[in-house]
Amino acid sequence: MLVFDNVSKVYAGGKRAVDHLNLEIEEGEFVCLIGPSGCGKTTTMKMINRLVRPTEGKILLNGENLLDKNVVELRRSIGYVIQQIGLFPHMTIRDNIALVPRLKGMPAEERNGRAEELMELVNMPKEFLDRYPHELSGGQQQRIGVLRALASDPPLILMDEPFGALDPITRDSLQAEFKHLQQTLGKTIIFVTHDMDEALKLADKVVIMRAGKIVQVGSPDEILRNPADEFVEDFIGKERLAQARQQLQTVGQIMNPDPVSVGMGETLSQAVKIMRRRRVDSLLVTDGAGVFRGWVTVEMIERHKNWDAAVADIMETDVPTVRADTLLRDATRNILVRGLKYVPVVDDRKHLAGILTRTSLVDVLYDSVWGDAEDESSGMADGEGA
Amino acid sequence: MDSIGNFFSEYGALLFEKTWEHLFISFAALALGVIVAVPLGILLVRLPKIAGLIMGIAGVVQTFPSLAILAFFIPLLGIGKVPAIVALFLYSMLPILRNTYIGVKNVDPNLLEASRGMGMTAFQRTTRVELPLAVPVIMAGIRMTAVYLIGWATLASFIGGGGLGDFIFDGLNLFRPDLIIGGAVPVTLLAILLDWILGKLEKAATPLGIRLERGEA
Repeated sequence: MLVFDNVSKVYAGGKRAVDHLNLEIEEGEFVCLIGPSGCGKTTTMKMINRLVRPTEGKILLNGENLLDKNVVELRRSIGYVIQQIGLFPHMTIRDNIALVPRLKGMPAEERNGRAEELMELVNMPKEFLDRYPHELSGGQQQRIGVLRALASDPPLILMDEPFGALDPITRDSLQAEFKHLQQTLGKTIIFVTHDMDEALKLADKVVIMRAGKIVQVGSPDEILRNPADEFVEDFIGKERLAQARQQLQTVGQIMNPDPVSVGMGETLSQAVKIMRRRRVDSLLVTDGAGVFRGWVTVEMIERHKNWDAAVADIMETDVPTVRADTLLRDATRNILVRGLKYVPVVDDRKHLAGILTRTSLVDVLYDSVWGDAEDESSGMADGEGA
Repeated sequence: MDSIGNFFSEYGALLFEKTWEHLFISFAALALGVIVAVPLGILLVRLPKIAGLIMGIAGVVQTFPSLAILAFFIPLLGIGKVPAIVALFLYSMLPILRNTYIGVKNVDPNLLEASRGMGMTAFQRTTRVELPLAVPVIMAGIRMTAVYLIGWATLASFIGGGGLGDFIFDGLNLFRPDLIIGGAVPVTLLAILLDWILGKLEKAATPLGIRLERGEA
């Protein structure tokens, strides 16, 4: 939808605010431009509605060069929300919201209907339409600021740190509300922020900038998983990265890859021998091909008495498993909710790949709280379970 | 009380005529001042490089002794109402210009950025954002100027412009305190009345939202 093709902005005095920038933005994408102050993120955004004119390169909107368009028409077709809200104090909320439709010549009645419709969208009472901006709280004002940008139903909306001046609680609720709104309406959003939490929360695509250049582009998960360089790591912050690493860790990364298992054809006496040798109270059962079939515990064997029977005859087959590529956070919930001591881990062909025990989870927890001071392989000891 | 009655029976018609002249000179100068200084003030905000220079010149003009200005226009425009109006117009420029300039310049730049970003033309930005928001300051300048002009217009009498100054200066020349008072009291009353009327106008011209914001409505 929007393409930056080798775009630069050089200010008088030679400061390169944006330096040979290339970026492609898809329709319906929520893009956050983020970086330290002076990195060129706001300049980049303002080139889209031509508040700033690029020095070199071109910006294409749906294939058309922005500079070939009528600047007033262009701006009226792009929503714009600024940090300081910028509601006109001499206009009622109604007039503020309906400003762009009015500039475009929409008749008064239609404008009015549109304003009411938008108020409903954010669950604000219609009586507010006849009030003036100063009569509203900061959060309410910025809701109106967002509605004003939506008024003429533009496919693209530019937002310059719109929630930056709000208190944290209001900011949180507005972020959630706006993300929902964006998904419902399918708008393309270019959102400038310096708040990494905000970017990770809202964006489909995060564009990290530094000194006029793009350092990294990716989804929040990609950026958290593979920060491009030290700058990005620092910018995201060690704490957030550690947290994210834990959140994005898969079961396969922390499982014990060497579970104590037994073939389903083996006899119970052999099973007991294995248990004794490895000092465990249960065994995972696999078939000849290594496919996980169930488990057998020392109590089950004791109850059965006939030690010549095959493991397959008494094993418990209705056993929860977890796949190695599951995110740890999802698996953890599973284990905790069901009160399991351990979960067998299987790969995509149901082959036994390892075992996830409470001990391994505790290790992860320790790591994230106290760092990697202890030997990582302690998970192998397996105090409980197989 | 009798003497006041006598004064009116003798000078009533003349007083009315001179008051009318006085108002005419003042309003003509004020109207010219508004017509020239308000647009110029808006323009100067757009031309920050020469704004300082123009404001400086207007400030210097303001320091010229008013009698000297009036006298200065005699060789150029002769005597009568025209040179008086031109001279007073020059005086009215500075306060109106300064207030317009400050009023427009102090409009929140975020609002201008928002209006630009939303696709207002330069003309729309001026008429729909800058002027409504600057109206209180511009109107205060006009009001102050109007009151000054009523006072200054007495000097028009010196160059044959007429007005209530005629009473005052005749009174001075003829040692007739009744004429001096008969001229000075109407000037004062006019000034007070005009201040009050323009105060109302200032309020009416200020957008409701701004008045509410200041808690004035």
